[in-house]
Amino acid sequence: MALKNLNNKTLAWLKRGVFLLALVPLGNLAVAGFSDGLGANPIEKITRSTGYWTLTLLMITLAITPLRRLTGWQWPVRLRRMLGLFAFFYACLHFSMYLVVDQFFDWEGIAKDIIKRPYITVGFPSFVLMLPLAITSSDGMIRRLGGKRWRQLHRLAYVCAIGGVVHYWWLVKKDLTNPITFAVLLSVLLGLRLFYAAKDAIKRRRPAAV
Amino acid sequence: MPVYKPTPIPASEITPRPLFNERRRFMQIAAGASLAALLPPSVWAGDNKLAGVKNPAYTVPEELTPFKDVTSYNNFYEFGTGKDDPAKNAGGLKTRPWTVTVEGEVKKPQVFDLDTLMKIAAIEERVYRLRCVEAWSMVVPWLGFSLAELIKQVEPTSKAKFVEFISLNDPSQMPGQQTAVLAWPYREGLRIDEAMHPLTLLTFGLYGELLPNQNGAPIRVVVPWKYGFKSAKSIVSIRFTEQQPVTSWMLAGPSEYGFYSNVNPTVDHARWSQAKERRIGEFFRRKTLMFNGYEQEVAGLYTGMDLKANF
Repeated sequence: MALKNLNNKTLAWLKRGVFLLALVPLGNLAVAGFSDGLGANPIEKITRSTGYWTLTLLMITLAITPLRRLTGWQWPVRLRRMLGLFAFFYACLHFSMYLVVDQFFDWEGIAKDIIKRPYITVGFPSFVLMLPLAITSSDGMIRRLGGKRWRQLHRLAYVCAIGGVVHYWWLVKKDLTNPITFAVLLSVLLGLRLFYAAKDAIKRRRPAAV
Repeated sequence: MPVYKPTPIPASEITPRPLFNERRRFMQIAAGASLAALLPPSVWAGDNKLAGVKNPAYTVPEELTPFKDVTSYNNFYEFGTGKDDPAKNAGGLKTRPWTVTVEGEVKKPQVFDLDTLMKIAAIEERVYRLRCVEAWSMVVPWLGFSLAELIKQVEPTSKAKFVEFISLNDPSQMPGQQTAVLAWPYREGLRIDEAMHPLTLLTFGLYGELLPNQNGAPIRVVVPWKYGFKSAKSIVSIRFTEQQPVTSWMLAGPSEYGFYSNVNPTVDHARWSQAKERRIGEFFRRKTLMFNGYEQEVAGLYTGMDLKANF
């Protein structure tokens, strides 16, 4: 199948395309910012938007492994690191809005929030847990850690995604449509992993039967 | 009911010159609008102007939130849960003819036609702070008169302990009602002494205009010392009751939204802090004031009450 593997040239173009596409949400915010399009509460708009895109990119990143299992395509895995780093990029913007604009480096206020506000109690560590993943995303780090340990460490992405969805769920005042959508999506993505893990385990136990 | 006394103004509250000039310009425009309103209505055919005499006892030494923000950033779930949904979706709301049924524990229950109701007292312009439970705030020049003027007309009985406000329930005009995000119709309520308090404004307009649909046209209340959701919009019925009404938000989240919902920086929402707020148009958050800055006027209503328990 032609889609199974892409040659390096096609893949390079695809990477450039995805890179630009992942910058579109930021570009939209910038354009809106310069054209008075962020509405009456621009800070809330930027915080919400960067949070939304963090979750969306996390979902896309987590969709790649199941997609490979379902289709047999190999090339999406080559885009995964970039997508994950973009999720981290938007998470950084999101967190900066909170740190600088909302709290203005009021560490005591932040500490209180982490203890008292459940949505921040889960949101803050979910962001912090993305740091080791971003730091160990280079080829050198993968080599140094070794594939197995690296894969184990990067399972933290599941925790980040679950934390992110719970964070969104708990901060919404009443209309849960978006958080529910993310929760369903994430359940499917994690559910597929469990399904494939179970299937592989059965296969390993009964090699003769295959 | 406590008698309303204007609060003495401390020197720190004196309006800086640029703000004063801004206000002065605004008043000139308002004066122009008032004069214009004296012209026969035919001149204004199809126009939205509404004149009100500025009441100097009800103003705040803070900058007005621009008209554009007041009319484009709204919580009005009848038209959708997004802040920009009401401005987008409220175009189909028919505000004339409109009647308001006033009933329950009153000697003179009545169905008021809106135009009649607007004439039972002189329309004033009052500048109030508006504090949303979501920790943002505005300063809005409303047009209306004290709800007490209407209440006096219908003569509540001794059994009238509470006042319930019921908003329009018509999914064909209010597309947000096609989703059960809240229990429709929207219900709000006040204790009778809160409803009688002169600050509680029966409101028909803002910024020299009839209320835009997204701001609760054609008739709403504004209770400036309570979180914004207490100020019911597009009211079709006002009921006087002996029992405390159950409001839509109390049903939606009993642990998060109480009957009183007074602005109080020391009593947090179950999930977020109420100590600070973002004034629309400002970058950093500012401190939230007790009773939204109306402490001297309304604290007496709650003497001896545990405000944490009665949130």
